[in-house]
Amino acid sequence: MLNSLVGIVVVSHSQKLAEAVKELAEQMVKGKRVFIACAGGVSDVIGTNSTLVKRAIDEVYSEDGVIVLVDFGSAVLSSRAAITLIEPEKRDKVLIADAPIVEGTFVAAVEASIGKTLAEVKKAAEDSRNLKKT
Amino acid sequence: MSVDVISAEALRRVTENTLKVMKANEKYLTDLDAEIGDADHGINMVRGFGLVNDRVSSLNSPDVGKILETAGIALMEAVGGAAGPLYGMLFIKASAIVRGKTEINKRDLAALFEAGLIGVQTIGGGTVPGEKTMVDTLYSVVEALKELADDESATLMMALEKAAEAAREGMKRTISLIAKRGRASYLGERSRGHQDPGATSAYLILRTILDTLNGKVGLKVKNSGPDGVILEETYI
Repeated sequence: MLNSLVGIVVVSHSQKLAEAVKELAEQMVKGKRVFIACAGGVSDVIGTNSTLVKRAIDEVYSEDGVIVLVDFGSAVLSSRAAITLIEPEKRDKVLIADAPIVEGTFVAAVEASIGKTLAEVKKAAEDSRNLKKT
Repeated sequence: MSVDVISAEALRRVTENTLKVMKANEKYLTDLDAEIGDADHGINMVRGFGLVNDRVSSLNSPDVGKILETAGIALMEAVGGAAGPLYGMLFIKASAIVRGKTEINKRDLAALFEAGLIGVQTIGGGTVPGEKTMVDTLYSVVEALKELADDESATLMMALEKAAEAAREGMKRTISLIAKRGRASYLGERSRGHQDPGATSAYLILRTILDTLNGKVGLKVKNSGPDGVILEETYI
């Protein structure tokens, strides 16, 4: 019985990129329930912002926790800062995956949609780095 | 002027003056950032301290911790790039040390800067001095403040003067370093020979605390070298 699902947050310097990654991931789970929120760009320009990341975390937070996918650089810093801003009891359940943003997000979505735990979703997202493409 | 504590009122003046200092030095910071970053550090600091001022001036609190926290949150919201989370965390972590207090003494200053530095280092993922970041400035500041914190013969102003000098040296040291963090780190060897913009704005903040307590507004960099080194300063 699925009570809640691991939430997914996509943090990118680009709003379009974050939204496209979310769209792709939702396609990959073929209509199963999954909760993905985006924090991409800042006021229509390229960049990241911890307030937006916090808002996205709050949007998809559940008792099963949240996995955060990032592109690079300040996306990581903004995500770390956002985590320090959420309620203390929630902080341990929000993890940043050291994963490629596209592959990590769709793997996370697949795993989350079938009720895997936060630790399992994180591992799968991070293992997606090793997916062979050719 | 003999000042032994930073009052809430003085802290408000510091935030007002920091905005003026960032505006006066916006082009200088932007030029530094154009060399090894994305050329927006100047406008980011102006925007950030603009929001800090708006919020702090309407806050009306005698609690210096609340003032610092308000500043931190504003910086996190309004400063783009890496500097937003880093400066935001600096002020937010510092604020916790003096929450509920109405003034900051010499010991508080050392403690709050240390807490702020640790916050910056944690958000950065373990940044240490030598990586060409604001930590190069801040680490030197904390060292200087801690050295004089327990020295009975040292006043708050002496500690701030020592910290400002240490900040200047830390900032200058970034010129010859290779960047290990941030966008500049993608430049590798090419990042050498350019003063780090974050280390520079951190120096400006330190100086503004000292200058404000000395009854001045702050400094404007009048002349700088091709590597960004400050050759001449003037008071606003």
